[in-house]
Amino acid sequence: MTGPQQIDTRELRARYPDVFDRPASARLAMPAMIVAAFAILVYGLVDLDFSPSRFVAGLSQLGWISLMMIPPDPGSSLPIYLKALGETLSIALLGTTLAALFALPVSLLAARNVVPSKLLRFPVRRFLDSIRGVDTLIWALVWINVVGLGPFAGVLAIAVSDFGAFGKLFSEAIEGADQKQVEGVRASGGSALHEIRFGLLPQVLPVIAGQVLYFVESNTRSATIIGIVGAGGIGLQLAEQIRVLEWQKVSFLILMILVAVAAIDFVSGKLRFAIIGRRAVT
Amino acid sequence: MTVAVSILPEQQLAVLNAAYRQAVARKRWRLLFGAVVFAAALLLAAVGAEVNLHTLFAHFGNFMSYFDRILTLDTGQRVWTDVGEWLWGWRKWLRMLGETVLISYVGTLIGATFAFCLNFFAAENTSPAPWLRFVVRRLLEFARTVPGIVFALIFVIAFGLGPMAGVLAIAIHSTGALGKLFSEIVENADMKPVEGVRSTGASWLSCMRFAILPQVTAGYASYALLRFEINVREASVMGFVGAGGIGQELVVAIRKFYYSDVSAILLTIIVTVFIIDISTGWLRGRLFGKEART
Repeated sequence: MTGPQQIDTRELRARYPDVFDRPASARLAMPAMIVAAFAILVYGLVDLDFSPSRFVAGLSQLGWISLMMIPPDPGSSLPIYLKALGETLSIALLGTTLAALFALPVSLLAARNVVPSKLLRFPVRRFLDSIRGVDTLIWALVWINVVGLGPFAGVLAIAVSDFGAFGKLFSEAIEGADQKQVEGVRASGGSALHEIRFGLLPQVLPVIAGQVLYFVESNTRSATIIGIVGAGGIGLQLAEQIRVLEWQKVSFLILMILVAVAAIDFVSGKLRFAIIGRRAVT
Repeated sequence: MTVAVSILPEQQLAVLNAAYRQAVARKRWRLLFGAVVFAAALLLAAVGAEVNLHTLFAHFGNFMSYFDRILTLDTGQRVWTDVGEWLWGWRKWLRMLGETVLISYVGTLIGATFAFCLNFFAAENTSPAPWLRFVVRRLLEFARTVPGIVFALIFVIAFGLGPMAGVLAIAIHSTGALGKLFSEIVENADMKPVEGVRSTGASWLSCMRFAILPQVTAGYASYALLRFEINVREASVMGFVGAGGIGQELVVAIRKFYYSDVSAILLTIIVTVFIIDISTGWLRGRLFGKEART
């Protein structure tokens, strides 16, 4: 056994110049970025009124709140909460379905292989982008002005904001579809509508169904919060109980939301596997 | 040119046709059954959500005229005829927008730091003990499932009104979301370098630092940037519950019916979100090549 080999660093340096003698710009890029990120962080903390004393006071307050949350207890309003939870699930399901129904035709207009003209596609895409740029809560506020307080405003808010997201996702699915089947339909004398119905839709429907189910899941989460601005569902109860500092009810409501989301996750996961097969799920 | 199409004899054709119809019929029945169940669920949901088509149709004109109103100045002109009047509060709004972006930046960075510290315990291949993994995973799940704005509502009471509550709410939500994504990256990492480092007698910490970290930093940064994008949107509504940012101005404008202000603030929000989307997309492309842009 030979001892540790004597390594001649000078020779190594000469042999691999790009490892040992990197230019200063490459060596300093990473530390510079970290310093810059940290500087912005410190500026942000100062600008946003962070102070250690406030933070500690808030933490002790938070500790008290958590203590008062135990044990979770609905009091006498369990039936009301169950009804609100049902309302939330209804909002999620209806809103997503409406969004999917309206988004399908529009997404065809935004897909490159259906509408080749860029001039026509561009405004449709920007329109969908701007709808997505506005948060669901903002849409809820707008719809409350139109149809009044209540879950119906929530349904419409979810429908509109998902319409933007679906339009983009569906058009991407359509663009990813195999063009050969469309050509086959065209070769046998089908019209443009036939091409879409028999060439495109059978390919993209399973993908779309998977996405819609996923959105029902994530919308259960969104639907819990739109109640905070008055658009129905369990969020309304949650915001109210937080405002009157009934912490036991708050923790019970949060637990209810967690359980409902987990249940919906489970069911829609099963359905997605059934529709598109285990492997296609990303 | 004549084309010879071979047609099967009548009897054979009938058998094949019957078999085809039967196969299709079963599929169609199943589809019909699914459709009926789905329609029933929708109907139930419609009752639960107090859907009233009458209200919708009666007030749908309202929806259209709402957009008409928010695009009209007090003087009765369209907003784009007098941009100076429309965007009269741009100094204040720009400051609030800056605050919104700053909230999401600080929140994302704090959340990413916590996620970074926790994710090695949550990943299946690097976690030192199963019970630790279980605890960390449940913790991340909790932080992820409770919506950010609910945390904000509670933090506003604990920490007082202001952007601090918003930052902390976004930080906690980001910790949950990023912790999960980060730990998935770690689970996909190659374990051979870890074995190599461990065989030199290195501690768990050194294994993570020298074997895992070099493989995963690019993925971490990419997901953190993506999260920053999402958080800008989220921070724009934190003001609804008093947790800082532009949302405060927006909710006041909507509730007090300052119509042209609503459209002006919405426009600034949409433009900001566009700019952030495009610039982080560009940055991710620059840093990690095209394949990391998902």
